Amino acid sequence: MSLELKNVEKKIGLDTHIYSTDLKLEKNTINILLGPTLSGKTTLMQIMAGLDKPSTGEIWFNDKNVTGMKVQKRNVSMVYQQFINYPNFTVYENIASPLKITGISSDEIKQRVGKVAELLKLSGMLNKKPNELSGGQQQRTALARALVKDSDLILLDEPLANLDFKLREELREELPKLFEDRDCIVVYATTEPSEALLLGGNTATLLEGKVIQYGKTLDVYNKPNSLVSAQVFSDPPMNITKIKKSGENCSFLDNSVNWKTRINIKDGEYKVGIRPHNITTYKDGNNSLEIKGKVLISELSGSESLIHFTRGNLNWVSLSNGVFQKNVGEEMNLYMNADEFIYFDENERLVSNG
Amino acid sequence: MNKTINQKAWFFVIPVFVLVAFNAIIPLMTVVNYAFQETFGNNVFMWEGTRWFKQIMLSERFHASLGRQFLFTFIILFIQIPLGIAIALTMPKQGVGVPVCLVLMSMPLLIPWNVVGAMWNIFALPDIGFLGHSLNALGFDYNFTQQIGDAWFTTILMDVWHWTSLVVLLSYAGLQSIQPAYYQAAEIDGASRWAVFTKIELPKMKKVLTIAILLRFMDSFMIYTEPFVLTGGGPGNATAFLSIDLVKMALGQFDLGPAAAMSLIYFFIVLLVCWVFYTLMMRNEGNQ
Repeated sequence: MSLELKNVEKKIGLDTHIYSTDLKLEKNTINILLGPTLSGKTTLMQIMAGLDKPSTGEIWFNDKNVTGMKVQKRNVSMVYQQFINYPNFTVYENIASPLKITGISSDEIKQRVGKVAELLKLSGMLNKKPNELSGGQQQRTALARALVKDSDLILLDEPLANLDFKLREELREELPKLFEDRDCIVVYATTEPSEALLLGGNTATLLEGKVIQYGKTLDVYNKPNSLVSAQVFSDPPMNITKIKKSGENCSFLDNSVNWKTRINIKDGEYKVGIRPHNITTYKDGNNSLEIKGKVLISELSGSESLIHFTRGNLNWVSLSNGVFQKNVGEEMNLYMNADEFIYFDENERLVSNG
Repeated sequence: MNKTINQKAWFFVIPVFVLVAFNAIIPLMTVVNYAFQETFGNNVFMWEGTRWFKQIMLSERFHASLGRQFLFTFIILFIQIPLGIAIALTMPKQGVGVPVCLVLMSMPLLIPWNVVGAMWNIFALPDIGFLGHSLNALGFDYNFTQQIGDAWFTTILMDVWHWTSLVVLLSYAGLQSIQPAYYQAAEIDGASRWAVFTKIELPKMKKVLTIAILLRFMDSFMIYTEPFVLTGGGPGNATAFLSIDLVKMALGQFDLGPAAAMSLIYFFIVLLVCWVFYTLMMRNEGNQ
């Protein structure tokens, strides 16, 4: 089983919403569409589902051309950012609704709804109406509706975005388990790199209607094919600086930081991307390369410290484990590991990931 | 934090109290005053207790006009609500058609009520009115000034023309607030157009429709100007709805006591029906 987009493009009027895209999704995989708002995730999903037609190109499912085939005939289910349930139906009726038109016996419907409800911890509230539930439970109901009918393709469009932090964490942990042992392709759209990393599977990075890179989530993270892909897959944003290399000596263009490298690329100027968590406020065995900065903002997030600092006219971000309070305007030393630098050429293509 | 206790805040509420007192409570009290007393002018009043109320409640004339009133209100609700929803469903959801439709729809609502009555009176005149003349030319024996059925038909048609737009606009607003994802979800489930209407659109429109029905109930139950100008309550008393009958009693016959009692009964009927209806509709309604 596979879903294949061949040369798919979507134009509305003169605007191109999706640039020509080729993508092949295999069965039993979670595929994450990662990109900021308006990068085309939802449009792409609607094309995959058959809710929307591509302007050009084809969609193939199981080696069958399904371009333009109606969504009802495609056996897909979708979960949205908003909690979409039938307002007048009870939770039970809502979950059963996709099965109603399939002609399954009511005994089997009952059994399948019961099973899914248990999986999503909804067993106790099957007789309630959606508006009597919390946001988390409403979204669980929507998820149950998507899971109950054994779809070939399950699309989740930022399903956790409208939930509060705690519910999001809770449901995020359960999600991968829900899709295990299911003979289907899961597509999951999100704006958050951390969500992609937690879910694993494959990731496609998107920006402005273009699929930048597609591959195993960790590969895309560790070996971004371009600076854009790396930026999409980095939150807080990646630090970028120009460097020059001559022999095994590398340095920032202003010569403020120097290090030796073993990577085998030709001499010249490069752009280097440094992930915020690779710049720390403390020195340890690996992080030994020192840079100076002036604190712009220092904020705590849980047990991590996020420090924005300036070097010349560039803003940098560092993310360190532990709680560090810094005063605004303070000059401080930060430490990096040159082995974790990602090198891009003048066209912003990857040359080495350290 | 210590809360400061400051009773001066009450001053801000005084204007509302004064306003409500002058535009609602004081006039109402005057009516209450008349409803329990008999007067022959010169500011001489005699206590009559509940006599006028008994008289009105037992009067056949009141029963007849109340019956006409309920029938009229029921008919126009029965026509205007489904028609309004149907029109709202067919209106464009985006594009240049939206403002055009909205403006066209609001036109009847902008016309003063007595003008509506006068317009329809002339429009429906059997000899020179476009509607009346056309109907007669087509072979219908139509004369709203003489035939009861025609008078009802014209009054109802006028009210539908005048007020369906309100239902349309409210329904349209309700429809526009439904997120597209609902329609997509229904499409994925393979729901029919009818199922989309009954399972998504109607439930989502419930609140605006409740308001629409309430407004149309109250307005049509208190209708006065348009039928007064159109038919004057006639032929005979055929279209003398409650308010027309009330004015006849109060100003025509100068029966102030019974008229005041009738006003109060009228007022309580409107209040009661609205309260019962609203309570029933909003039962089981969560914080959606």
